Amino acid sequence: MSVMTMVKAINNALDIKLDEDKSIVIYGEDVGVEGGVFRVTEGLQQKYGADRVFDSPLAESGIVGTALGMAVSGLRPIVELQFEGFTFPAFNQILSNVSRMRNRSRGKYAVPLVIRFPYGGGVNALEHHSDSPEALFAHIPGLKVVIPSTPHDAKGLMISAIESNDPVIFMEPKRVYRAIKQEVSEEKFTLPLGKAKVVLEGTDITVVAFGAMIRECQKAIAMAREAGISVELIDLRSIYPIDRETIRNSVRKTGRMIVVAEAHESFSVGSELIAVANEEAFLYLEAPPRRVMGFDTIVPLAQGEKYYIISPDRIFYEIEKSVKF
Amino acid sequence: MIQNDLPAIFRDFNPIEDKMLQVIDNEGNVVNKKLMPVLDDETVTEAYKQMLYERIADEMAISYQRQGRMYTYTPNIGQEAIHIAAGMNIREEDWLVPAFREMGTLLAKGVTMKEMFLFYLGNEHGGSFKDVRHVLPIAISIGTQFHHATGIGYSVKYRKKDEVVYTFIGDGGTSEGDFSEGLNFAGVWQVPVVFTIQNNQYAISVPVKLQTNSINLAVKSVAFGIPGIKVDGNDFFAMYLAYKTASEYARAGKGALLIEAFTYRRGAHTTSDDPSKYRGKDEETRWGLTDPLIRLRRYMQSKGIWDIDEEKLISAYKSEIDAQFVEAENNKSYPWQDIFGHMYTDMPDELKRQKMEYEQFLSWKENRR
Repeated sequence: MSVMTMVKAINNALDIKLDEDKSIVIYGEDVGVEGGVFRVTEGLQQKYGADRVFDSPLAESGIVGTALGMAVSGLRPIVELQFEGFTFPAFNQILSNVSRMRNRSRGKYAVPLVIRFPYGGGVNALEHHSDSPEALFAHIPGLKVVIPSTPHDAKGLMISAIESNDPVIFMEPKRVYRAIKQEVSEEKFTLPLGKAKVVLEGTDITVVAFGAMIRECQKAIAMAREAGISVELIDLRSIYPIDRETIRNSVRKTGRMIVVAEAHESFSVGSELIAVANEEAFLYLEAPPRRVMGFDTIVPLAQGEKYYIISPDRIFYEIEKSVKF
Repeated sequence: MIQNDLPAIFRDFNPIEDKMLQVIDNEGNVVNKKLMPVLDDETVTEAYKQMLYERIADEMAISYQRQGRMYTYTPNIGQEAIHIAAGMNIREEDWLVPAFREMGTLLAKGVTMKEMFLFYLGNEHGGSFKDVRHVLPIAISIGTQFHHATGIGYSVKYRKKDEVVYTFIGDGGTSEGDFSEGLNFAGVWQVPVVFTIQNNQYAISVPVKLQTNSINLAVKSVAFGIPGIKVDGNDFFAMYLAYKTASEYARAGKGALLIEAFTYRRGAHTTSDDPSKYRGKDEETRWGLTDPLIRLRRYMQSKGIWDIDEEKLISAYKSEIDAQFVEAENNKSYPWQDIFGHMYTDMPDELKRQKMEYEQFLSWKENRR
């Protein structure tokens, strides 16, 4: 065991897989010499050489498109896109090709590719550095979308993502990158994709969240506990495939659900989870499931961001409202 | 097709031969006398002052950021000759479609340091440039602005306006598809756009040699059928000549042009970046010798037209800039309603509902106190 930040834990996962599997290559902007702008790939070029870990030209479509070529011809590329706001030049490759190659070729070509990037707000950033576009990716058939909330989960999920024979969008909550330190095993371990985690068991209400919102929920749950409310907290971990069973079991038990996420509320993962609750636990519901999410606005710059990001206060307010409904 | 009457410098400094337009050398000596633009002493002095102002403003911005009084900032140090030469050629009616490292040109268009500071203090009002004519907001998504400039160029041409469009990109940006697409559209449509690549040698940590196998960046113009030229970006006179020539060509309706300004990012990519991770001090020192301010000052001194009390000027600039910063810093007005207010012409009901619910939460929070 060793104390790791999420940055270190992902670095460790990449290191383990690079060592184990010669077909893995890592590239993207600034990932080589610099080790990535957040240092997630630090030291890997020095250790594995510039033909396995390298800087690419500044072109996200090029990064993802070439990775598809590598993936169908025997390599297992892991590419970094520098920020969520810069993934969109690659969207055409992701949506038109990466997600479709297996189906289009009737299984002849698989795309074992991990596309990883930091996402989310709360770091006082410039525009395009605070967004949470998970729903855009989760809406695309053929992709898996994974979001860890802790260093431990990030490591186990990353190794599973690399071992997946289908493309994985791996979104890293940049606000958590160095904010949490945790004991993480230095050995190889995996966590299953498509499985949520019950972080905390409770009986009055189910709170579903992921990424950086897990910590905010934990703060809100402490407030709820003082108010005598027992909260069950689910960390979704995998956006797609979604873990219907865990949601069903929890909502049938508590009868109430709120979804907490940073992304814009409309047409979101929150909307999807409410559909799941309705389909799986309709007769058990005691209050309307609610989304506690970002507004349908552009994420404001630093001075306005405090109004946009979900505070523990606001989560507690919604928990209480639901319980009192 | 490139017009037959291509200005001489675009023929004489053919990027295919990897030639670079230069008028003064690092010591400020005139190396190409017949290309020296005709500028009176006051104008040269004014150019130096503007470059100095940008330099000081930049250094102060970095220092405010380091003091924790401002968020992430993108320094301009070393690239002032480009910005000021462009700024002296850009007219009020001309368009500026910036990337994010052209502060001097923004200032020339009438943007104030207060606005720049407000933007980097995390307030959208600072970055809107709404009181300045024909300036688009800063473009952070790399390369996208090339298309916008070309579209404005089409609009200018269609509306038969006497306007030229100036846009900028970095060396890294030339790898993006939008760079090539934008130049291609501009070539096909023959629009009055002056495209500048600020080749400052690095895209964050990645050197130009990892961006392209081309002999230089100006040569990319060849494939799109538009004139291109590589210019010493730290030579004010060379940059001035390039912009003057290019703007006349564009204004005459002859089409778009591409200028590669060969320079060096003396500072970090942003205040979050640490260049010591990827480049040596030797290299920084070597490029420091080509600094645009030092060169212009040496030229002025050798020509006997140096009449600036620099220390006094710097101190005047510092207090003026600091006053603007303090004004921006004290601007605490960011009403929460503002984040909803600029999304649509008419706010959709869905957004009104979200706004109302947020208001209910805020009053709950207030009552809890």
